[in-house]
Amino acid sequence: MDLPKIILRSAAPLLIGIPLLWIFQGAVGGPGGSETAMAVILMMAGINVILAVSLNVVNGFTGQFSIGHAGFMAVGAYTAAKITVATNSLEIVGIPTSVSDQLIFLFAMVAGMVMAALMGLLVGMPSLRLRGDYLAIVTLGFNEIIRVLIENTEFLGQATGISGLPKRTNIVWVGVAVIVTIAMAKRLLGSTHGRALLAIREDEVAAEAMGVDTTGYKVRAFVISSAFAGLAGALLVHQIQLCTPRSFTFIKSIEVVVMVVLGGMGSVTGSVVAALVLSFALEGLRDVQQYRMVMYSVLLIALMLTRPTGIFGTREIWDMIPKLRKKVSS
Amino acid sequence: MTEFLQHLVNGLSVGTIYALIALGYTMVYGVLKLINFAHGDVYMVGAFAGLYIARGLGVDQEPSLAKAGVVFVGAIVICAALGVAIERFAYRPLRQRARLTALITAIGVSFLLEYGFQLPPIIDGEVPFPPGPTPRFFPEPFTRVDFEPFGVHISNYDIVSLIVAVGFMFALQFIVYRTKFGTAMRAVSFDSSVAGLMGINVNRVIVWTFALGSGLAAAAAILVAGSRPSINPLLGLLPGIKAFVAAVFGGIGNVQGAMVGGLILGLSEEYVAGYLLSSYRDGIAFALLIIVLLWRPEGLFGRVRAEKV
Repeated sequence: MDLPKIILRSAAPLLIGIPLLWIFQGAVGGPGGSETAMAVILMMAGINVILAVSLNVVNGFTGQFSIGHAGFMAVGAYTAAKITVATNSLEIVGIPTSVSDQLIFLFAMVAGMVMAALMGLLVGMPSLRLRGDYLAIVTLGFNEIIRVLIENTEFLGQATGISGLPKRTNIVWVGVAVIVTIAMAKRLLGSTHGRALLAIREDEVAAEAMGVDTTGYKVRAFVISSAFAGLAGALLVHQIQLCTPRSFTFIKSIEVVVMVVLGGMGSVTGSVVAALVLSFALEGLRDVQQYRMVMYSVLLIALMLTRPTGIFGTREIWDMIPKLRKKVSS
Repeated sequence: MTEFLQHLVNGLSVGTIYALIALGYTMVYGVLKLINFAHGDVYMVGAFAGLYIARGLGVDQEPSLAKAGVVFVGAIVICAALGVAIERFAYRPLRQRARLTALITAIGVSFLLEYGFQLPPIIDGEVPFPPGPTPRFFPEPFTRVDFEPFGVHISNYDIVSLIVAVGFMFALQFIVYRTKFGTAMRAVSFDSSVAGLMGINVNRVIVWTFALGSGLAAAAAILVAGSRPSINPLLGLLPGIKAFVAAVFGGIGNVQGAMVGGLILGLSEEYVAGYLLSSYRDGIAFALLIIVLLWRPEGLFGRVRAEKV
């Protein structure tokens, strides 16, 4: 394939997606730029999709088990929040305010991703040298420690958090982030890197014997996953305009784990579907909030005992379409 | 000097508790190669079991040593039964499956205990069941007496807890290395399928391992609740993680390693928090874990075992 074709193929999802998102934004948005309840739910669902798909890179593709995704969300969220609050009155000269605001927000999101990725490197490097179960408990600890650190640091607003964040997240931003995340996961899965990850999941010893640098690949997958968790965090806090440690507790991490396990570990389609279903179901189940965690844990145990592959297993929608077409034509 | 001694006393009393919990992790890991995520929550259940028994006996009206003994033994028995039940219904059906399924189930059990205990009460009473998220007060099982030798503050609780904890550790050491059951346990840990072929009832060994580990966690819970009486359903989370760190530090799967690891963790936490960074106490265990995993992932007493296909 020649270069222009590759570039076109990489940009195609965004080229198609952005105009559609603009139209969509107009359709669900309320009058005068305000948000309807529907738009808020959709944004939350989109953020959950980003979280589930990115966690799937570690828990599904690589067969490791991270349960501290919310910790990386917090890192990304606080980094982005600090930047947007500090530059709230700032403008890039020569361009209109609204554009400059969006550019600064883009920069803040990227910074959040970088910080989350660095934190992922710090956590992943020691724990991924060993087998999966260590990562689980290290990420669990990391999630708690991040919370303790934030609550004790004045710079980060302690337990009350950072308030007065500008409203930046909208349907378009969330949509673009979702497209980028899903494209990342799909392309990763088809690449050499992705094949190595699948080999590690199936049999770590055999993969190593075949010359796969298991630790290196695992750490890289973990770093990618952390970066996207940071992105989701940045989007979340600029939607609710408040950045507190309460948004990034354990409960959030487990919610994402449930999405990945329910959808099927290793299936991007599954993660997307499960994230959407759970986000809308939770909206409907607001009255029984207190049973939420109990339901999650019972769901996890029941799934493991009866159908450990989840809804989709490792199947993907794009693998199923050609097969269906063949069936129809024959 | 006084301050140094005071930290030593506090560190020892925290460290023995970590050691008791870490023993449960390390024994279960030894026989099943599974990190029992729910172990920290079994510790929490131990504290509540003790609370219910203490309420039933009326310990808060007239504390006595006999009643304290009943509370202690009762909590251990309840938790041992709970550990066995978890093994039987959640872990055993998955033993032949992929490792990840067992790990996810363990996480599920852990959250079920933590948040199940926070549900609105089903059985009403002075302390309802489930107890809900509000912290409860654990009654003093016997009268507190404080001493101040050389200006160091010690209570009879610290002394009793230290003696009991050390006693349990010696008893466990005896069980694992001097009895037939202990030999069977070590054989299962070495290679469970071969141990089965040699006529060892592997399931029975695993059940007893869970019972022992969970009982030790309950003992730790009661010893802590005596001196730090506020208990809630999320109580097991941090001690659970820290005890796991202690187990890894000593070399997971190794009984002496867990004891030494627990003591070192307790002391280093106390000294670092006391002299340097008091508000980051909970971060110390985490830093220690990262250092151990980078430096010597098999732990202090662990042996490197090559992974075989």
